[in-house]
Amino acid sequence: MKNSEIWVAFYTILVREIRRFTRIWPQTLLPPAITMTLYFAIFGNLIGDRIGEMGGFSYMQYIVPGLIMMSVITNSYSNVSSSFFSAKFQHSVQELLVSPTPNWVILMGYTLGGVARGLCVGLIVTVLSLFFTHLALESLFLTILVVCLTAIMFSLGGFVNAIYARSFDDVSIVPTFILTPLTYLGGVFYSIDLLPDFWQSVSLLNPVLYMVNAFRYGILGVSDINVYWALVIVCVFIVVLFGFGLRLLNQGKGIRS
Amino acid sequence: MTYAIEISDLKKRYDSGFEALKGIDLKVEKGDFFALLGPNGAGKSTTIGILCSLVNKTSGNVSIFGTNIDKDFAKAKKYLGVVPQEFNFNVFETVFNVVVTQAGFYGISRSVAEERAEKYLKHLDLWDKRNDQSRMLSGGMKRRLMIARALIHEPEVLILDEPTAGVDIELRRSMWEFIKKLNEQGTTIILTTHYLEEAEQLCRNIAIINAGEIVENTSVKALLKTLNQETFILDLDTSLPNGWALPGFSVVMSKDASTIEVEVIKGQSINAIFQALDAISVNVVSMRNKSNRLEELFVKLIKG
Repeated sequence: MKNSEIWVAFYTILVREIRRFTRIWPQTLLPPAITMTLYFAIFGNLIGDRIGEMGGFSYMQYIVPGLIMMSVITNSYSNVSSSFFSAKFQHSVQELLVSPTPNWVILMGYTLGGVARGLCVGLIVTVLSLFFTHLALESLFLTILVVCLTAIMFSLGGFVNAIYARSFDDVSIVPTFILTPLTYLGGVFYSIDLLPDFWQSVSLLNPVLYMVNAFRYGILGVSDINVYWALVIVCVFIVVLFGFGLRLLNQGKGIRS
Repeated sequence: MTYAIEISDLKKRYDSGFEALKGIDLKVEKGDFFALLGPNGAGKSTTIGILCSLVNKTSGNVSIFGTNIDKDFAKAKKYLGVVPQEFNFNVFETVFNVVVTQAGFYGISRSVAEERAEKYLKHLDLWDKRNDQSRMLSGGMKRRLMIARALIHEPEVLILDEPTAGVDIELRRSMWEFIKKLNEQGTTIILTTHYLEEAEQLCRNIAIINAGEIVENTSVKALLKTLNQETFILDLDTSLPNGWALPGFSVVMSKDASTIEVEVIKGQSINAIFQALDAISVNVVSMRNKSNRLEELFVKLIKG
């Protein structure tokens, strides 16, 4: 395919993905808005007032970056996993497979679709958080960079999940049993300084910790870990997941007989 | 000579160990109306799946308009339009979007895609439904939608896998008229169908596949010439007397003896049947083939 044709194919996939999650907004955009509003009201306002400061900020201010990142992670992941698995399930993925669209374009199209939903939800949650607290912005560039890289990484993760999934249960297993615990234990609600040494070391094995802290650093200027180290880790994950996802597509894993 | 499709020694063994294709060779000429026939599980869909990249081949060579799929599958795919057996579009998309989105996957710009979508949806009587969600369409409309989608990039070869399954007679006729016009305009058509009379009427060349092997590959005319037996059904104006027989013919009588099935072997004269009936003052009201000729040959070839 010529470059212009490749661009059209990529744009088509991306627009289709955006159209999908905006068409079903009560399932994709509304739930995180409601959930996060409850988090802000209960954890931030009611309980947060009794907790006091954390990292030099009010508890509400401290958890907002983590909750925004949690929304971005879960939504970018689940957008790609559910969309690609649905395409497999109803065989509409064959529309792409019979076409000359290169596999790397398919992977990028779905990934950017997931990023679009992750960022969209992240923006909604950010706007909602402003009703509960004010946010300083330490580094706009770092904030945007971290949120985009994180959305890319988890979109790719969702794609790999969808490739291996054979039922809708398989699509929900990873978010429920892996992603949610990692996110909750990834420093969204607390600083790892509060943990005993042993559990601090264990927490450092959790990749979500790096993303949450790098994002928090971008907004508040505080972090439990080295931000540049966090960026390196996310980039490595992106390269590995992209290569792995592309390999699975080239092999036709789960989509070709 | 460059063929539309050229397959040599194509093999497919699934992970389960099932050998779906045992080294088939097949050539489809440009502009042909070609039928690929075979019983369920014979290897038709596997062959088509390999052509359009839904199935990975185990070994062998496949070229589409001279382009080997192992060397440049993207180029080869552009020649093909596929109408699969099962509905495989996004049922939540509108009819218009299903077609236009498919064009995007071929790198066709939005403006060109919209023009073509209008053209093909109008040709296939779906234009009024363009803003409906595709899941709301009837079975026949869904099938026509898949044809419009397969044509959006104006392929050189159109593969139709059981396109008229579950489609009513009127719709089937109009669908075939449309496909015949496409063929007259130069599009190569490859068809699999269970309606053998369709293959007999429409196709010039034919391949019959059974248990992963091509058991016949010739023109429909040449194949029909090999037919050495036909069964005719005769409706009579009165019942035949008990014990009536027709020397030299195998005859099966209905319960009321007013309808008979007669097997006529090549070289036998049908006149002999009329003469025998005339001799006992029985008239033939109507006469027809028990099944179409291709069907008889098909059954014979499949049974080996």
